[in-house]
Amino acid sequence: MEARQYIIDDSDKGMFKVHRSVLVQPEILTQERKKIFDRCWLYVGHVSEVKQPGDFKTRNVGGRPIIFTRGSDGEVRAFLNSCTHRGTLVCRERQGNAKSFQCFYHAWTFNNCGELVAVPGQDAYGQNFDKRELGLRSVPRFDHYKGFYFLSFDKSAVSLDEYLAGAKEYLDLIVDQSPTGELQIIQGTQEYDMLGNWKLLSENSFDDYHVAPTHITYLEYLKDSGVDVSMPKGLLMPKHGFGKSLGNGHAMIENETYRGRPIARWMPMYGEEAKEEIAQIRRELTQRLGEQRAMRVAETNRNLLIFPNLVINDGSSVTVRTYFPVTEKHMKITAWAIGPTDESPRARARRLDSFLTFYGPGGFATPDDVEALEVVQQGIATWQELEWSDLSRGMMKKDEDQLNTDELHLRTFWRRWNELMTKE
Amino acid sequence: MTEKQVLNRAVVEDFLYEEASLLDEWRLDEWLEMLTDDASYYVPPNDAPDADHHDTLFIVADDIHRIKSRVKRLKSRHAHAENPKSKTRRMISNVRIRSVVENVAHVTANFVVYRFRRHEQIREYVGRYEYKLAIDGTQLRIAERKAILDSEELARLGSVSIIL
Repeated sequence: MEARQYIIDDSDKGMFKVHRSVLVQPEILTQERKKIFDRCWLYVGHVSEVKQPGDFKTRNVGGRPIIFTRGSDGEVRAFLNSCTHRGTLVCRERQGNAKSFQCFYHAWTFNNCGELVAVPGQDAYGQNFDKRELGLRSVPRFDHYKGFYFLSFDKSAVSLDEYLAGAKEYLDLIVDQSPTGELQIIQGTQEYDMLGNWKLLSENSFDDYHVAPTHITYLEYLKDSGVDVSMPKGLLMPKHGFGKSLGNGHAMIENETYRGRPIARWMPMYGEEAKEEIAQIRRELTQRLGEQRAMRVAETNRNLLIFPNLVINDGSSVTVRTYFPVTEKHMKITAWAIGPTDESPRARARRLDSFLTFYGPGGFATPDDVEALEVVQQGIATWQELEWSDLSRGMMKKDEDQLNTDELHLRTFWRRWNELMTKE
Repeated sequence: MTEKQVLNRAVVEDFLYEEASLLDEWRLDEWLEMLTDDASYYVPPNDAPDADHHDTLFIVADDIHRIKSRVKRLKSRHAHAENPKSKTRRMISNVRIRSVVENVAHVTANFVVYRFRRHEQIREYVGRYEYKLAIDGTQLRIAERKAILDSEELARLGSVSIIL
Protein backbone atom coordinates (compact mmCIF):
# COMPACT_ATOMS: atom_id res chain seq x y z
CA MET A 1 0.00 0.00 0.00
CA GLU A 2 1.27 3.46 -0.83
CA ALA A 3 2.66 5.51 2.02
CA ARG A 4 0.04 7.92 3.26
CA GLN A 5 -0.15 10.37 6.09
CA TYR A 6 -2.76 9.18 8.54
CA ILE A 7 -2.82 12.15 10.88
CA ILE A 8 -1.94 15.84 10.83
CA ASP A 9 -0.67 16.91 14.25
CA ASP A 10 0.33 20.57 14.14
CA SER A 11 0.39 22.21 17.55
CA ASP A 12 1.50 25.59 16.14
CA LYS A 13 -1.67 25.82 14.09
CA GLY A 14 -3.78 24.06 16.73
CA MET A 15 -4.65 21.51 14.10
CA PHE A 16 -5.22 17.79 14.59
CA LYS A 17 -6.82 15.78 11.82
CA VAL A 18 -7.33 12.09 11.16
CA HIS A 19 -7.56 10.81 7.62
CA ARG A 20 -10.90 9.08 7.26
CA SER A 21 -9.49 6.32 5.07
CA VAL A 22 -8.24 4.69 8.28
CA LEU A 23 -11.86 4.08 9.29
CA VAL A 24 -13.02 2.58 6.01
CA GLN A 25 -10.21 0.69 4.33
CA PRO A 26 -9.83 -3.07 4.77
CA GLU A 27 -6.06 -2.74 4.14
CA ILE A 28 -5.77 -0.59 7.24
CA LEU A 29 -7.43 -3.28 9.33
CA THR A 30 -4.98 -5.84 7.95
CA GLN A 31 -2.15 -3.58 9.13
CA GLU A 32 -3.83 -2.98 12.48
CA ARG A 33 -4.07 -6.71 13.11
CA LYS A 34 -0.30 -7.00 12.60
CA LYS A 35 0.89 -3.82 14.22
CA ILE A 36 -1.63 -3.30 17.00
CA PHE A 37 -3.58 -6.41 17.90
CA ASP A 38 -0.57 -8.74 17.45
CA ARG A 39 1.72 -6.44 19.46
CA CYS A 40 -0.22 -4.77 22.29
CA TRP A 41 -1.41 -6.25 25.57
CA LEU A 42 -5.10 -7.13 25.20
CA TYR A 43 -7.66 -7.67 27.95
CA VAL A 44 -8.73 -11.28 28.44
CA GLY A 45 -10.79 -11.42 31.62
CA HIS A 46 -10.93 -10.90 35.35
CA VAL A 47 -9.70 -13.29 38.02
CA SER A 48 -13.20 -13.51 39.54
CA GLU A 49 -14.40 -15.24 36.37
CA VAL A 50 -12.15 -18.26 37.02
CA LYS A 51 -12.36 -18.49 40.77
CA GLN A 52 -12.39 -22.25 41.25
CA PRO A 53 -9.92 -24.78 39.83
CA GLY A 54 -11.33 -25.94 36.50
CA ASP A 55 -13.38 -22.77 35.88
CA PHE A 56 -13.07 -21.59 32.31
CA LYS A 57 -14.37 -18.97 29.90
CA THR A 58 -13.85 -19.11 26.16
CA ARG A 59 -13.14 -15.75 24.60
CA ASN A 60 -12.12 -14.33 21.28
CA VAL A 61 -9.14 -12.07 21.81
CA GLY A 62 -7.33 -10.37 18.97
CA GLY A 63 -8.93 -12.69 16.42
CA ARG A 64 -7.93 -15.90 18.24
CA PRO A 65 -10.13 -18.30 20.17
CA ILE A 66 -8.80 -18.42 23.73
CA ILE A 67 -9.54 -20.54 26.80
CA PHE A 68 -9.15 -18.48 29.97
CA THR A 69 -8.99 -21.01 32.78
CA ARG A 70 -7.74 -21.94 36.21
CA GLY A 71 -6.03 -25.33 36.31
CA SER A 72 -6.44 -27.94 39.02
CA ASP A 73 -3.05 -26.70 40.25
CA GLY A 74 -4.62 -23.29 40.95
CA GLU A 75 -2.78 -21.42 38.23
CA VAL A 76 -4.67 -19.09 35.85
CA ARG A 77 -3.73 -19.58 32.20
CA ALA A 78 -4.77 -18.58 28.69
CA PHE A 79 -4.54 -21.31 26.06
CA LEU A 80 -5.02 -21.10 22.35
CA ASN A 81 -8.30 -22.94 21.84
CA SER A 82 -6.93 -25.21 19.15
CA CYS A 83 -6.08 -28.88 19.20
CA THR A 84 -2.35 -29.45 18.65
CA HIS A 85 -3.26 -32.42 16.44
CA ARG A 86 -5.33 -30.87 13.64
CA GLY A 87 -6.54 -27.54 14.95
CA THR A 88 -10.12 -28.07 16.11
CA LEU A 89 -11.48 -25.94 18.94
CA VAL A 90 -11.01 -28.16 21.98
CA CYS A 91 -13.68 -26.27 23.90
CA ARG A 92 -16.94 -25.12 22.35
CA GLU A 93 -18.71 -24.03 25.52
CA ARG A 94 -18.83 -20.36 26.52
CA GLN A 95 -18.06 -21.15 30.14
CA GLY A 96 -18.02 -23.92 32.68
CA ASN A 97 -15.84 -26.02 34.92
CA ALA A 98 -13.79 -28.84 33.45
CA LYS A 99 -10.99 -31.16 34.51
CA SER A 100 -10.07 -31.70 30.88
CA PHE A 101 -10.76 -30.54 27.34
CA GLN A 102 -11.32 -33.25 24.80
CA CYS A 103 -11.20 -32.59 21.10
CA PHE A 104 -14.25 -34.36 19.67
CA TYR A 105 -12.63 -34.87 16.26
CA HIS A 106 -10.01 -37.53 17.18
CA ALA A 107 -10.49 -37.48 20.96
CA TRP A 108 -7.14 -36.09 22.01
CA THR A 109 -7.57 -35.06 25.63
CA PHE A 110 -5.83 -32.26 27.51
CA ASN A 111 -6.06 -31.64 31.23
CA ASN A 112 -6.94 -28.18 32.52
CA CYS A 113 -3.24 -27.42 33.05
CA GLY A 114 -2.78 -27.93 29.32
CA GLU A 115 -0.99 -31.29 29.31
CA LEU A 116 -1.89 -33.78 26.60
CA VAL A 117 -3.04 -36.74 28.66
CA ALA A 118 -4.67 -39.12 26.18
CA VAL A 119 -4.18 -39.95 22.51
CA PRO A 120 -6.33 -42.83 21.25
CA GLY A 121 -4.21 -45.53 19.62
CA GLN A 122 -0.94 -43.94 20.62
CA ASP A 123 0.91 -47.13 19.61
CA ALA A 124 0.61 -46.12 15.96
CA TYR A 125 2.96 -43.17 16.45
CA GLY A 126 6.73 -43.42 16.13
CA GLN A 127 9.27 -43.17 18.93
CA ASN A 128 9.76 -39.42 18.39
CA PHE A 129 6.12 -38.71 19.18
CA ASP A 130 6.31 -36.80 22.43
CA LYS A 131 3.08 -35.97 24.20
CA ARG A 132 4.91 -33.41 26.33
CA GLU A 133 5.46 -31.25 23.25
CA LEU A 134 1.85 -31.43 22.20
CA GLY A 135 0.10 -29.87 25.16
CA LEU A 136 -2.33 -26.99 24.66
CA ARG A 137 -0.33 -23.98 23.57
CA SER A 138 -0.28 -21.08 25.99
CA VAL A 139 -0.47 -17.54 24.64
CA PRO A 140 3.01 -16.02 24.26
CA ARG A 141 2.59 -13.51 27.09
CA PHE A 142 0.07 -13.55 29.90
CA ASP A 143 -0.03 -11.48 33.06
CA HIS A 144 -2.39 -9.59 35.29
CA TYR A 145 -2.60 -6.34 37.20
CA LYS A 146 -4.63 -6.68 40.39
CA GLY A 147 -6.79 -9.39 38.86
CA PHE A 148 -7.26 -7.86 35.39
CA TYR A 149 -5.69 -10.41 33.00
CA PHE A 150 -4.12 -9.43 29.71
CA LEU A 151 -2.29 -11.33 26.97
CA SER A 152 0.07 -10.37 24.23
CA PHE A 153 0.83 -12.34 21.09
CA ASP A 154 4.19 -10.58 20.90
CA LYS A 155 6.87 -12.55 22.76
CA SER A 156 9.07 -9.45 22.97
CA ALA A 157 6.39 -7.08 24.25
CA VAL A 158 7.33 -4.92 27.24
CA SER A 159 6.05 -6.20 30.58
CA LEU A 160 2.38 -5.60 31.38
CA ASP A 161 3.45 -3.41 34.25
CA GLU A 162 5.45 -1.17 31.95
CA TYR A 163 2.74 -1.28 29.29
CA LEU A 164 -0.03 -0.10 31.62
CA ALA A 165 2.02 2.91 32.71
CA GLY A 166 -0.22 5.62 34.22
CA ALA A 167 -3.36 3.53 33.74
CA LYS A 168 -2.46 1.53 36.85
CA GLU A 169 -3.36 4.45 39.10
CA TYR A 170 -6.89 4.39 37.70
CA LEU A 171 -7.25 0.65 38.12
CA ASP A 172 -6.10 1.18 41.72
CA LEU A 173 -8.93 3.67 42.28
CA ILE A 174 -11.40 0.99 41.24
CA VAL A 175 -9.81 -1.76 43.33
CA ASP A 176 -9.81 0.62 46.32
CA GLN A 177 -13.61 0.66 46.22
CA SER A 178 -13.60 -2.83 47.68
CA PRO A 179 -12.98 -3.15 51.44
CA THR A 180 -11.14 -6.44 50.79
CA GLY A 181 -9.49 -5.28 47.55
CA GLU A 182 -11.44 -7.97 45.75
CA LEU A 183 -13.69 -7.25 42.80
CA GLN A 184 -16.15 -9.46 41.01
CA ILE A 185 -17.40 -9.51 37.45
CA ILE A 186 -21.15 -9.76 37.90
CA GLN A 187 -23.17 -12.41 36.06
CA GLY A 188 -24.80 -11.26 32.81
CA THR A 189 -22.78 -10.40 29.72
CA GLN A 190 -23.75 -7.70 27.29
CA GLU A 191 -22.63 -8.72 23.82
CA TYR A 192 -23.61 -6.54 20.94
CA ASP A 193 -22.23 -5.40 17.62
CA MET A 194 -21.86 -2.01 16.05
CA LEU A 195 -21.59 -1.54 12.34
CA GLY A 196 -18.72 0.87 12.73
CA ASN A 197 -14.94 0.89 12.85
CA TRP A 198 -13.57 -0.26 16.23
CA LYS A 199 -11.58 2.95 16.71
CA LEU A 200 -14.81 4.94 16.78
CA LEU A 201 -15.69 3.20 20.04
CA SER A 202 -12.28 3.97 21.55
CA GLU A 203 -13.08 7.61 20.83
CA ASN A 204 -16.71 7.50 21.90
CA SER A 205 -16.06 5.74 25.21
CA PHE A 206 -14.38 8.77 26.72
CA ASP A 207 -15.67 11.62 24.62
CA ASP A 208 -17.63 13.91 26.95
CA TYR A 209 -18.11 16.46 24.15
CA HIS A 210 -20.92 14.30 22.73
CA VAL A 211 -22.71 13.68 26.02
CA ALA A 212 -25.12 16.59 26.04
CA PRO A 213 -26.33 16.43 22.43
CA THR A 214 -26.28 12.65 22.03
CA HIS A 215 -27.58 11.75 25.49
CA ILE A 216 -30.03 14.56 26.09
CA THR A 217 -32.79 12.07 26.96
CA TYR A 218 -30.54 10.56 29.66
CA LEU A 219 -29.82 14.00 31.12
CA GLU A 220 -33.57 14.69 31.11
CA TYR A 221 -34.14 11.43 32.92
CA LEU A 222 -31.61 12.45 35.59
CA LYS A 223 -33.26 15.84 35.85
CA ASP A 224 -36.67 14.22 36.30
CA SER A 225 -35.25 12.22 39.18
CA GLY A 226 -33.93 15.33 40.93
CA VAL A 227 -30.30 15.54 39.75
CA ASP A 228 -29.00 19.02 38.91
CA VAL A 229 -27.81 18.79 35.31
CA SER A 230 -27.50 22.50 34.55
CA MET A 231 -24.26 23.49 32.87
CA PRO A 232 -22.15 26.14 34.63
CA LYS A 233 -20.84 28.93 32.41
CA GLY A 234 -18.05 27.78 30.13
CA LEU A 235 -18.73 24.08 30.65
CA LEU A 236 -20.52 21.60 28.45
CA MET A 237 -21.05 19.26 31.39
CA PRO A 238 -22.67 19.94 34.76
CA LYS A 239 -19.34 19.69 36.59
CA HIS A 240 -15.77 20.61 35.87
CA GLY A 241 -13.62 17.79 34.57
CA PHE A 242 -10.37 17.18 32.77
CA GLY A 243 -8.74 14.89 30.26
CA LYS A 244 -5.30 13.38 30.58
CA SER A 245 -2.82 11.17 28.77
CA LEU A 246 -1.52 8.23 30.80
CA GLY A 247 1.26 7.05 28.51
CA ASN A 248 1.42 4.34 25.81
CA GLY A 249 -1.82 5.56 24.27
CA HIS A 250 -3.87 5.14 27.44
CA ALA A 251 -5.89 8.13 28.53
CA MET A 252 -8.80 9.09 30.69
CA ILE A 253 -11.29 11.76 31.57
CA GLU A 254 -12.16 12.53 35.14
CA ASN A 255 -14.83 14.77 36.57
CA GLU A 256 -16.38 15.54 39.86
CA THR A 257 -19.64 13.72 39.51
CA TYR A 258 -23.04 15.33 39.28
CA ARG A 259 -24.80 11.98 39.42
CA GLY A 260 -24.58 9.32 42.09
CA ARG A 261 -22.05 6.59 42.63
CA PRO A 262 -22.77 3.28 44.27
CA ILE A 263 -19.41 4.06 45.96
CA ALA A 264 -20.35 6.26 47.76
CA ARG A 265 -22.51 9.15 46.74
CA TRP A 266 -26.26 9.07 47.07
CA MET A 267 -28.58 10.35 44.37
CA PRO A 268 -32.36 10.57 44.46
CA MET A 269 -32.77 7.69 42.01
CA TYR A 270 -31.38 5.29 44.64
CA GLY A 271 -34.31 6.01 46.97
CA GLU A 272 -34.39 7.23 50.57
CA GLU A 273 -33.78 3.77 52.00
CA ALA A 274 -30.34 3.66 50.35
CA LYS A 275 -29.06 6.75 52.14
CA GLU A 276 -27.93 5.02 55.32
CA GLU A 277 -26.09 2.20 53.57
CA ILE A 278 -24.27 4.58 51.23
CA ALA A 279 -23.23 6.73 54.19
CA GLN A 280 -21.89 3.57 55.79
CA ILE A 281 -19.91 2.65 52.68
CA ARG A 282 -18.52 6.15 52.71
CA ARG A 283 -17.47 5.85 56.38
CA GLU A 284 -15.65 2.59 55.65
CA LEU A 285 -13.83 4.23 52.71
CA THR A 286 -12.74 7.18 54.81
CA GLN A 287 -11.58 4.93 57.63
CA ARG A 288 -9.57 2.72 55.33
CA LEU A 289 -8.21 5.25 52.83
CA GLY A 290 -8.22 8.56 54.66
CA GLU A 291 -10.44 11.55 53.87
CA GLN A 292 -8.59 12.70 50.78
CA ARG A 293 -8.34 9.43 48.90
CA ALA A 294 -11.84 8.42 49.96
CA MET A 295 -13.10 11.67 48.40
CA ARG A 296 -11.32 10.84 45.17
CA VAL A 297 -12.59 7.26 45.09
CA ALA A 298 -16.14 8.33 45.94
CA GLU A 299 -16.67 11.69 44.31
CA THR A 300 -15.17 11.49 40.84
CA ASN A 301 -16.22 9.70 37.68
CA ARG A 302 -13.56 8.34 35.40
CA ASN A 303 -13.64 6.94 31.90
CA LEU A 304 -10.43 5.05 31.27
CA LEU A 305 -9.20 3.77 27.92
CA ILE A 306 -6.41 1.22 28.05
CA PHE A 307 -4.99 1.19 24.55
CA PRO A 308 -6.22 -0.13 22.24
CA ASN A 309 -9.59 -1.57 23.23
CA LEU A 310 -10.32 -1.83 26.95
CA VAL A 311 -12.64 0.73 28.47
CA ILE A 312 -13.46 0.98 32.14
CA ASN A 313 -16.12 3.51 32.96
CA ASP A 314 -16.09 4.19 36.67
CA GLY A 315 -19.22 6.26 37.06
CA SER A 316 -22.74 5.61 38.27
CA SER A 317 -21.56 1.98 38.13
CA VAL A 318 -18.35 0.36 36.94
CA THR A 319 -18.21 -1.16 33.46
CA VAL A 320 -15.58 -3.29 31.82
CA ARG A 321 -15.88 -3.20 28.07
CA THR A 322 -13.72 -4.61 25.31
CA TYR A 323 -14.26 -4.80 21.58
CA PHE A 324 -12.62 -6.23 18.50
CA PRO A 325 -12.98 -5.54 14.81
CA VAL A 326 -14.73 -8.11 12.62
CA THR A 327 -14.26 -6.01 9.51
CA GLU A 328 -13.23 -2.40 9.01
CA LYS A 329 -16.85 -1.40 9.57
CA HIS A 330 -18.11 -3.97 12.05
CA MET A 331 -17.04 -4.60 15.63
CA LYS A 332 -18.09 -6.99 18.38
CA ILE A 333 -18.41 -5.56 21.87
CA THR A 334 -18.44 -7.41 25.19
CA ALA A 335 -19.29 -5.57 28.40
CA TRP A 336 -19.65 -6.51 32.04
CA ALA A 337 -20.46 -4.85 35.33
CA ILE A 338 -17.86 -5.16 38.09
CA GLY A 339 -18.20 -4.43 41.79
CA PRO A 340 -16.75 -5.20 45.22
CA THR A 341 -17.04 -8.93 45.91
CA ASP A 342 -18.57 -8.53 49.34
CA GLU A 343 -21.10 -5.78 48.71
CA SER A 344 -24.56 -6.37 50.16
CA PRO A 345 -27.35 -7.72 47.93
CA ARG A 346 -29.06 -4.31 48.13
CA ALA A 347 -25.91 -2.46 47.12
CA ARG A 348 -25.38 -4.94 44.28
CA ALA A 349 -28.94 -4.46 43.03
CA ARG A 350 -28.51 -0.68 43.18
CA ARG A 351 -25.25 -0.90 41.21
CA LEU A 352 -26.89 -2.99 38.50
CA ASP A 353 -29.93 -0.75 38.33
CA SER A 354 -27.69 2.26 38.05
CA PHE A 355 -25.74 0.57 35.25
CA LEU A 356 -28.91 0.03 33.24
CA THR A 357 -30.06 3.62 33.34
CA PHE A 358 -27.14 4.67 31.18
CA TYR A 359 -24.99 1.85 29.86
CA GLY A 360 -25.70 -1.17 27.79
CA PRO A 361 -27.72 -2.01 24.72
CA GLY A 362 -31.04 -1.47 26.49
CA GLY A 363 -29.95 1.56 28.52
CA PHE A 364 -30.96 5.17 28.05
CA ALA A 365 -27.67 6.12 26.39
CA THR A 366 -25.81 3.27 24.68
CA PRO A 367 -28.42 2.76 21.93
CA ASP A 368 -27.81 6.37 20.92
CA ASP A 369 -24.06 5.72 20.86
CA VAL A 370 -24.64 2.70 18.64
CA GLU A 371 -26.69 4.91 16.37
CA ALA A 372 -24.06 7.66 16.38
CA LEU A 373 -21.19 5.37 15.45
CA GLU A 374 -23.16 3.51 12.80
CA VAL A 375 -24.17 6.83 11.29
CA VAL A 376 -20.55 8.07 11.36
CA GLN A 377 -19.58 4.94 9.48
CA GLN A 378 -22.28 5.60 6.89
CA GLY A 379 -21.29 9.26 6.59
CA ILE A 380 -17.61 8.61 6.03
CA ALA A 381 -18.32 6.60 2.92
CA THR A 382 -17.60 10.08 1.50
CA TRP A 383 -13.97 9.86 2.64
CA GLN A 384 -12.49 10.29 -0.81
CA GLU A 385 -14.11 13.69 -1.19
CA LEU A 386 -14.19 14.71 2.49
CA GLU A 387 -10.88 13.38 3.67
CA TRP A 388 -10.22 14.54 7.23
CA SER A 389 -11.90 14.38 10.63
CA ASP A 390 -11.11 17.13 13.11
CA LEU A 391 -9.90 16.37 16.65
CA SER A 392 -8.31 19.69 17.52
CA ARG A 393 -10.66 20.69 20.31
CA GLY A 394 -8.76 22.31 23.19
CA MET A 395 -5.47 22.06 21.34
CA MET A 396 -4.55 25.72 21.95
CA LYS A 397 -4.68 25.10 25.71
CA LYS A 398 -1.93 23.65 27.86
CA ASP A 399 -2.15 19.93 28.57
CA GLU A 400 -3.01 20.54 32.22
CA ASP A 401 -5.96 22.74 31.21
CA GLN A 402 -7.64 20.15 29.03
CA LEU A 403 -11.30 19.66 29.88
CA ASN A 404 -13.06 16.33 29.68
CA THR A 405 -15.00 17.90 26.81
CA ASP A 406 -11.77 18.67 24.95
CA GLU A 407 -10.02 16.13 22.79
CA LEU A 408 -6.52 15.70 24.22
CA HIS A 409 -7.37 12.19 25.38
CA LEU A 410 -8.67 11.29 21.91
CA ARG A 411 -5.50 12.67 20.35
CA THR A 412 -3.52 10.51 22.79
CA PHE A 413 -5.21 7.43 21.37
CA TRP A 414 -4.61 8.51 17.78
CA ARG A 415 -0.98 9.50 18.37
CA ARG A 416 -0.19 6.05 19.74
CA TRP A 417 -2.16 4.41 16.95
CA ASN A 418 -0.24 6.41 14.39
CA GLU A 419 3.08 5.60 16.01
CA LEU A 420 2.40 1.87 15.93
CA MET A 421 1.00 1.93 12.41
CA THR A 422 3.81 3.93 10.83
CA LYS A 423 6.86 2.39 12.46
CA GLU A 424 8.28 -0.67 10.78
CA MET B 1 -64.13 -10.31 28.62
CA THR B 2 -67.16 -10.33 30.88
CA GLU B 3 -66.90 -11.42 34.43
CA LYS B 4 -68.61 -14.68 33.68
CA GLN B 5 -66.31 -15.60 30.82
CA VAL B 6 -63.50 -17.87 31.75
CA LEU B 7 -60.08 -16.72 30.76
CA ASN B 8 -59.21 -18.60 27.61
CA ARG B 9 -56.54 -18.51 24.96
CA ALA B 10 -58.58 -16.46 22.52
CA VAL B 11 -59.05 -13.73 25.10
CA VAL B 12 -55.35 -13.67 25.94
CA GLU B 13 -54.39 -13.73 22.26
CA ASP B 14 -56.64 -10.76 21.53
CA PHE B 15 -55.01 -8.93 24.40
CA LEU B 16 -51.45 -9.68 23.22
CA TYR B 17 -52.32 -8.84 19.59
CA GLU B 18 -53.71 -5.52 20.76
CA GLU B 19 -50.52 -4.85 22.69
CA ALA B 20 -48.40 -5.77 19.66
CA SER B 21 -50.32 -3.40 17.45
CA LEU B 22 -50.01 -0.51 19.93
CA LEU B 23 -46.25 -1.04 20.07
CA ASP B 24 -45.94 -1.41 16.29
CA GLU B 25 -47.91 1.81 15.80
CA TRP B 26 -45.87 3.64 18.44
CA ARG B 27 -49.05 4.37 20.45
CA LEU B 28 -46.95 4.20 23.60
CA ASP B 29 -49.24 6.18 25.91
CA GLU B 30 -52.07 3.78 25.12
CA TRP B 31 -49.67 0.90 25.69
CA LEU B 32 -48.87 2.27 29.15
CA GLU B 33 -52.59 2.03 29.95
CA MET B 34 -52.37 -1.72 29.49
CA LEU B 35 -49.95 -1.96 32.43
CA THR B 36 -50.64 -2.21 36.15
CA ASP B 37 -49.44 0.62 38.40
CA ASP B 38 -46.52 -1.51 39.54
CA ALA B 39 -45.68 -3.24 36.29
CA SER B 40 -42.19 -4.34 35.34
CA TYR B 41 -40.47 -5.09 32.05
CA TYR B 42 -37.38 -7.24 31.62
CA VAL B 43 -35.00 -8.29 28.90
CA PRO B 44 -32.54 -10.70 30.56
CA PRO B 45 -28.96 -11.12 29.33
CA ASN B 46 -28.57 -13.72 26.60
CA ASP B 47 -26.10 -15.77 28.66
CA ALA B 48 -28.28 -15.95 31.79
CA PRO B 49 -31.90 -15.85 30.57
CA ASP B 50 -33.39 -17.23 33.79
CA ALA B 51 -31.47 -14.99 36.18
CA ASP B 52 -32.71 -12.38 38.65
CA HIS B 53 -32.06 -8.71 37.87
CA HIS B 54 -31.07 -8.03 41.50
CA ASP B 55 -27.84 -9.99 41.11
CA THR B 56 -27.39 -10.19 37.34
CA LEU B 57 -26.72 -7.56 34.71
CA PHE B 58 -29.77 -7.45 32.44
CA ILE B 59 -30.30 -5.68 29.13
CA VAL B 60 -33.48 -4.09 30.47
CA ALA B 61 -34.89 -4.25 34.02
CA ASP B 62 -37.52 -1.53 34.37
CA ASP B 63 -39.96 -0.87 37.15
CA ILE B 64 -43.03 1.20 36.30
CA HIS B 65 -41.16 4.48 36.83
CA ARG B 66 -38.48 3.57 34.37
CA ILE B 67 -41.00 2.14 31.92
CA LYS B 68 -42.68 5.56 31.93
CA SER B 69 -39.29 7.26 31.56
CA ARG B 70 -38.49 4.91 28.70
CA VAL B 71 -41.71 5.87 26.95
CA LYS B 72 -40.99 9.54 27.55
CA ARG B 73 -37.51 9.05 26.09
CA LEU B 74 -38.79 7.15 23.06
CA LYS B 75 -41.34 9.86 22.31
CA SER B 76 -38.58 12.48 22.25
CA ARG B 77 -36.98 13.39 18.96
CA HIS B 78 -33.70 13.21 20.90
CA ALA B 79 -33.96 9.45 21.27
CA HIS B 80 -31.58 9.27 18.33
CA ALA B 81 -31.58 5.48 18.14
CA GLU B 82 -35.28 5.72 17.25
CA ASN B 83 -35.30 8.89 15.21
CA PRO B 84 -36.51 8.26 12.60
CA LYS B 85 -38.56 5.60 14.31
CA SER B 86 -38.12 1.99 13.37
CA LYS B 87 -40.94 0.29 11.57
CA THR B 88 -41.62 -2.86 13.49
CA ARG B 89 -43.88 -5.83 12.94
CA ARG B 90 -44.50 -8.20 15.81
CA MET B 91 -45.54 -11.78 15.17
CA ILE B 92 -46.94 -13.43 18.25
CA SER B 93 -47.66 -17.15 18.33
CA ASN B 94 -47.78 -20.29 20.48
CA VAL B 95 -49.71 -18.39 23.12
CA ARG B 96 -50.26 -20.56 26.18
CA ILE B 97 -51.87 -19.94 29.56
CA ARG B 98 -49.57 -21.78 31.94
CA SER B 99 -51.46 -21.16 35.15
CA VAL B 100 -53.94 -18.86 36.82
CA VAL B 101 -53.17 -18.26 40.48
CA GLU B 102 -54.99 -15.67 42.58
CA ASN B 103 -56.08 -13.53 39.65
CA VAL B 104 -52.71 -13.63 37.95
CA ALA B 105 -52.41 -15.51 34.68
CA HIS B 106 -48.96 -16.74 33.69
CA VAL B 107 -48.82 -16.63 29.93
CA THR B 108 -46.03 -17.50 27.50
CA ALA B 109 -45.82 -16.75 23.81
CA ASN B 110 -43.25 -16.81 21.04
CA PHE B 111 -42.34 -13.66 19.20
CA VAL B 112 -40.54 -12.40 16.17
CA VAL B 113 -40.09 -8.66 15.99
CA TYR B 114 -38.95 -7.45 12.59
CA ARG B 115 -37.33 -4.04 12.76
CA PHE B 116 -36.63 -1.84 9.74
CA ARG B 117 -34.83 1.48 9.84
CA ARG B 118 -33.64 3.86 7.16
CA HIS B 119 -31.88 1.82 4.52
CA GLU B 120 -30.91 -0.92 6.91
CA GLN B 121 -31.49 -4.53 6.36
CA ILE B 122 -34.02 -6.20 8.61
CA ARG B 123 -33.01 -6.92 12.18
CA GLU B 124 -35.03 -9.75 13.68
CA TYR B 125 -35.52 -10.20 17.39
CA VAL B 126 -36.64 -13.77 18.09
CA GLY B 127 -37.61 -15.18 21.44
CA ARG B 128 -40.34 -15.85 23.93
CA TYR B 129 -42.46 -13.69 26.14
CA GLU B 130 -43.34 -14.51 29.70
CA TYR B 131 -46.24 -12.47 30.99
CA LYS B 132 -47.91 -12.08 34.32
CA LEU B 133 -51.37 -10.75 33.51
CA ALA B 134 -53.43 -9.34 36.34
CA ILE B 135 -57.11 -10.17 36.04
CA ASP B 136 -58.96 -7.16 37.34
CA GLY B 137 -62.70 -7.70 37.12
CA THR B 138 -63.38 -7.73 33.42
CA GLN B 139 -59.98 -6.48 32.40
CA LEU B 140 -56.53 -7.84 31.87
CA ARG B 141 -53.49 -5.76 32.76
CA ILE B 142 -49.81 -6.47 32.28
CA ALA B 143 -48.11 -6.84 35.66
CA GLU B 144 -44.87 -8.20 34.28
CA ARG B 145 -43.53 -8.82 30.82
CA LYS B 146 -40.26 -10.51 30.11
CA ALA B 147 -38.81 -10.77 26.61
CA ILE B 148 -36.25 -13.56 26.45
CA LEU B 149 -34.12 -13.52 23.32
CA ASP B 150 -32.98 -16.77 21.72
CA SER B 151 -29.77 -15.43 20.22
CA GLU B 152 -26.59 -16.27 22.16
CA GLU B 153 -25.65 -12.61 21.96
CA LEU B 154 -27.34 -9.53 20.55
CA ALA B 155 -24.73 -9.39 17.79
CA ARG B 156 -26.10 -7.65 14.69
CA LEU B 157 -29.25 -6.65 16.58
CA GLY B 158 -26.98 -4.00 18.10
CA SER B 159 -29.14 -2.43 20.74
CA VAL B 160 -32.62 -2.96 22.11
CA SER B 161 -33.81 0.55 21.41
CA ILE B 162 -37.47 -0.35 20.92
CA ILE B 163 -39.80 -1.83 23.53
CA LEU B 164 -39.30 -5.45 22.65
